Amino acid sequence: MRIVVCIKQVPDTAEVKLDPVTNNLIRDGVPSIINHDDKAGLETALQIREQLNDGSTVTVISMGPPQADVALREALAMGADKAYLMSDRKFGGSDTYATATIIAAGLRKIGFDLVITGRQAIDGDTAQVGPQIAEQLHLPQVTYAEELTLEKDAIVVKRQFEDKAHMVRIKTPCLITALSELSEPRYMNVGKIVDAYNSEVGIITFEDVKDMFNPDWIGNQGSPTNVVKSFTKPAKTAGEVKTNLTVEQAVEAIMEKLIERHLI
Amino acid sequence: MSIEIKKEEAKGVFVIAEQRSGVVQKVTMELIGIANKLADDLGQEVYTVILGGEGIEDQVQPCFEYGSKNVILIKDPMLKEFVTEPYVKAIYNLIAEKKPNIVLFGASSIGRDVAPRVAGRIHTGLTADCTGLAIDDGTNAKPEDKGLLRMTRPAFGGNIMATILIRNYRPQMATVRPGVMPLPERQKGATGNLIEFDPQLTPEDMNVEIVEVVEDAKKAVDITNAKVLISGGRGVGGPEGYEPLRELAKEFKGGEVSSSRIGVDNGWIEKSRQVGQTGKTVRPDLYMACGISGAIQHLAGMEDSEYIIAINKDESCPMMQLADLGVVGDLHKIVPALTEAIKAYKQSQEV
Repeated sequence: MRIVVCIKQVPDTAEVKLDPVTNNLIRDGVPSIINHDDKAGLETALQIREQLNDGSTVTVISMGPPQADVALREALAMGADKAYLMSDRKFGGSDTYATATIIAAGLRKIGFDLVITGRQAIDGDTAQVGPQIAEQLHLPQVTYAEELTLEKDAIVVKRQFEDKAHMVRIKTPCLITALSELSEPRYMNVGKIVDAYNSEVGIITFEDVKDMFNPDWIGNQGSPTNVVKSFTKPAKTAGEVKTNLTVEQAVEAIMEKLIERHLI
Repeated sequence: MSIEIKKEEAKGVFVIAEQRSGVVQKVTMELIGIANKLADDLGQEVYTVILGGEGIEDQVQPCFEYGSKNVILIKDPMLKEFVTEPYVKAIYNLIAEKKPNIVLFGASSIGRDVAPRVAGRIHTGLTADCTGLAIDDGTNAKPEDKGLLRMTRPAFGGNIMATILIRNYRPQMATVRPGVMPLPERQKGATGNLIEFDPQLTPEDMNVEIVEVVEDAKKAVDITNAKVLISGGRGVGGPEGYEPLRELAKEFKGGEVSSSRIGVDNGWIEKSRQVGQTGKTVRPDLYMACGISGAIQHLAGMEDSEYIIAINKDESCPMMQLADLGVVGDLHKIVPALTEAIKAYKQSQEV
């Protein structure tokens, strides 16, 4: 089985801090990581390959600037067989529809039986690219996967909802979006780290895939959505902070507000 | 596949109802509220679309009562349990026929599964997790944007907000998180137009098989419906640290316990109770943050709460800045004492 995992390089938002003066995000020096959900998807792909042990392959693909190469090499060091980076100025500024169009073209080019993406990326947080790739490729999908079991000729996925779960049987070719709960990613293998930095990451440019989509439907200009304004959230007026209280005084201060606001 | 809907023919604000186990969820009513505002500004009407199986017609009346003038009912056995393709095809066929101007979905695990595929199949834009929706009055970016849907959403953990337009395609589509828009007043006995729609599904549309439906009791609690949330973070110290919070939550009508990410990541409490960007967005009447310092991604999920009380040892933490009332002190002492004080107060109020 040809398993392809779509990964995204994202800033480690756990490390992102606010500039106390401008209230802007400080992104300088913030490390880049493989998005958590994607990494869980990659781990699952590696486990499937090991379980099948029949010559199945795991390929990783990413779209982004040349620096995203680092994330792909990390995936190789975890055990992926091949890596591709879709990188071109013409891809820049794509919204989820345009991004999915480009990645779907890349997937058609490299070939696949099972596509795994993360549910959502921690920077954009839309959860749209996975389903939109599946749509472009006319694949059945199961999103929000929290468990996965292989059967003889199908995959059974535990699909999480807010109030329950479905056990869903799906046949390849198909697309699955992974929750970070799906699996605990392994560490990079020391031997493979060296190999990863010596191996080639395939580059896919606009020229390589331009015949697979309408070139007017990608990039900043071709995206159906347009960001017209970005702003930092207006600060809320400050409340009161009480210090140096005894436990009794603290309770009294809270009780006063609870009663005043009819909360009890 | 794609369909082209011309701007001038696109009419109506559609709300795709969130139906779980045959029951339309509160987020749908919240969407009806904002849809009515948008529709009034446009001089158009609201249509709530309910998809489901046998018995789903019982869900029509509440939608009328929360203010939807029209309800479109799509009833088919294949729509009983949520499966992507039958839902996507039914909504796509509806949009192709009715040509709406705006389509809104709840940003739930269902809405976020189906909406991207519908938008992709049509070739139109979709904005995820909007916190603000308004009709452009022509005084913003360009005068010719007048009448477009301005969709505002947080990015990068909630500090940066972006306003997004879909200028060239219809319908304009958005998902909205549960709990973000206010719930409109219910008008008991209100009626409206009921329209039935045949989704034109075929057996091949069921391209996956539901082997089993797993009801999970732990997940049954929906913290987005709670009126009061007593929320714990790093400061509670461990799984047992949530116990006094549960005791306190019991003293409030509609009180529940929630958590920041750290409690969930450490396995102290179940994931369904997590508030924040990677958890749920909540807007309770009271949010009491106990030992939560207030990482950006947590604040993004609760900052619109009606009233916020923070109990924390660190007076300079972000949660203290956000809170309406911040109390600097030891939550392990204050929380149990507060529970006792509320009990005593309630007794004093009994006649």
